[in-house]
Amino acid sequence: MDVLVCLKRVPLAGGALILTPDSRDIETKHLGFGISPHEENAVEAGVQLVEQMGGTLTLLTLGPSDAEEQLRSQLAIGATRAVLIETDGQEWDPQGTASALVEAINADATKFDLIIFGAESADSAGYQIHIRIAHALNRPIITNVKSMRVENGVVNCERVVSDGREHYEAPLPAIITVRDGLNIPRYPSVPGRMQARKKTVEVKQAESRLPKLEKVKLSLAPSKDKGAEILGKGTDAVPALVEVLKSIGAF
Amino acid sequence: MILVLIDHDRGEIDSLSLRALTAARGLGQDIEAVVIGSQGAALAGLIGEFGAKVLHVAQHDLITDYTPMASGRALKDLVEKLSPAAVLAAGTPRGNEQLAHLAAFLDVPMAAECLEIALGHPHQVLRARWAGNLIESANVHEELLIATVNNFSFEAISVSGAAATVAVFTPALEPQDYVVKILSRGSAQTKAGVTLNDAKVIVSGGRGVGGADGFGNLEDLAALLGGAVGCSRVVTSSGWRPHAEQVGQTGTKVAPDLYIAAGISGAMQHIAGMKNSKTIVVINTDPEAPILRYADYAIIGDLHQIIPALTSAIRQAKG
Ligand SMILES: Cc1cc2nc3c(=O)[nH]c(=O)nc-3n(C[C@H](O)[C@H](O)[C@H](O)COP(=O)(O)OP(=O)(O)OC[C@H]3O[C@@H](n4cnc5c(N)ncnc54)[C@H](O)[C@@H]3O)c2cc1C
Ligand SMILES: Nc1ncnc2c1ncn2[C@@H]1O[C@H](COP(=O)(O)O)[C@@H](O)[C@H]1O
Repeated sequence: MDVLVCLKRVPLAGGALILTPDSRDIETKHLGFGISPHEENAVEAGVQLVEQMGGTLTLLTLGPSDAEEQLRSQLAIGATRAVLIETDGQEWDPQGTASALVEAINADATKFDLIIFGAESADSAGYQIHIRIAHALNRPIITNVKSMRVENGVVNCERVVSDGREHYEAPLPAIITVRDGLNIPRYPSVPGRMQARKKTVEVKQAESRLPKLEKVKLSLAPSKDKGAEILGKGTDAVPALVEVLKSIGAF
Repeated sequence: MILVLIDHDRGEIDSLSLRALTAARGLGQDIEAVVIGSQGAALAGLIGEFGAKVLHVAQHDLITDYTPMASGRALKDLVEKLSPAAVLAAGTPRGNEQLAHLAAFLDVPMAAECLEIALGHPHQVLRARWAGNLIESANVHEELLIATVNNFSFEAISVSGAAATVAVFTPALEPQDYVVKILSRGSAQTKAGVTLNDAKVIVSGGRGVGGADGFGNLEDLAALLGGAVGCSRVVTSSGWRPHAEQVGQTGTKVAPDLYIAAGISGAMQHIAGMKNSKTIVVINTDPEAPILRYADYAIIGDLHQIIPALTSAIRQAKG
């Protein structure tokens, strides 16, 4: 079974975001980089499938040359090889990204049985790159998968909705998009990290084109300090909290 | 004309679609709506109230339940027939998915999670990024605007309109459109009791809880208040609690009457899932923890002492 996972390098920001002076990007001077939790689950799912069924796991990203860092760290948890479509560092629009990824997938010597995406990217959350790729490759796509298994050439998936679960399946070759909680991604082992350094990252170039969804600028969403009332320190403050909870009808 | 996709589950409307209708009215054009599947026809009265003049119903023997690629094909057929200026839907998993299929069929852009929309050349939108922490201003260079609407930016406001006129059409489906469909449904995998979605009280724990065992105290407090236990992503990725309990961007978004956050620092991805709670109480050893900005009340201190003390004090107060 040959599996492909598509991932995107994003800054790892947890606290307040800061913008670059031209307001076009997040200031990343003091930030590390990673991939979305959904995509970590996608890689783990790919590693597990190859462990169970044999075959290969390829990683594919479109991004700056530094995105090799994210490919290496995911190679360390067990992927076979990786492909980087190198850009000048600007984020491409969804149509441009999807068509470059499609070109790379079609050019690859491996014919992937299953392609796994994150449900949405951590930064831009466009909810579409995978669906565009499914159309271009004429493959079935099941999105927002929370549990899956592959059997007899069919991928069986469950999607969680507010009042329960929905069951879908599709014949391979297929595409799925997965959500955080699908599995618990493993940490890379020391030998895993050593091997990752020797694995191939094939670098390709692609022509950028004018974006049809053109990012003009970013701004920070307004958020104001609610001005919490500090009830006190330690257990001494518990009676005050009990009063508050009573007054709002919590018991 | 603006075309709005009204999403429904076997005839039951997703009420967030009504927000998309309200957003569409702001664009100053006639509104028409579309439902995929004949069970949606019964919604003509309701969606008329929210301003749609016509309800197009995509009817096909093979569309009896959610079939996202077939939805995209039906929308494509209708768009080619009616040439609307824009197609809108709610920014929900299903709204985003069905419009992405439409955008892929037509090979045109789609702007997800819009807070504001202005039609023009180019169209201009504001859309949410980073779980709503960043707002992107973007130009859409295409005749047809395809966009989903951020649910927090619009309320559903009725204009008491008359029932929409029903217009049935049959999309020309291709075999690949109905390969992926719902085959069966099951109940939620959570334990019996209150789920995060309908809990009025959530007692949520983060890394500060220290391990799976530490959650016993949070469970006791939640049970006493008739609520549910929630947690941060550090907790689920450490395997201390099941993912169904994770609150945040990639977990569940909640808005209970009371949210108690113990040992949670307040990363923006966690905040994105709980900031709409009515009352937020924080228990944290760090008086500088970012989550305090979002809190109504806080106790600075060790949750391992405070939570059991709180549980027994409430028990006493209840008598
Ligand atoms: C794309 C993306 C999506 C994400 N989605 C989510 C999501 O859905 N949900 C989510 O939660 N996170 C999510 N995260 C992760 C998020 O960025 C943070 O890493 C995570 O929320 C931090 O969890 P925490 O607050 O429990 O841990 P920490 O940030 O480590 O905070 C622990 C807190 O506990 C306090 N503390 C320690 N000991 C005690 C004690 N004895 N008593 C009281 N307080 C104590 C500390 O002062 C600190 O404030 C996401 C990240 C990314 C990049
Ligand atoms: N630049 C990229 N390179 C490779 N895969 C990507 C890229 N951008 C997005 N993806 C994949 O597409 C998914 C959906 O992205 P989006 O449509 O931006 O929400 C992500 O979770 C990734 O799996």
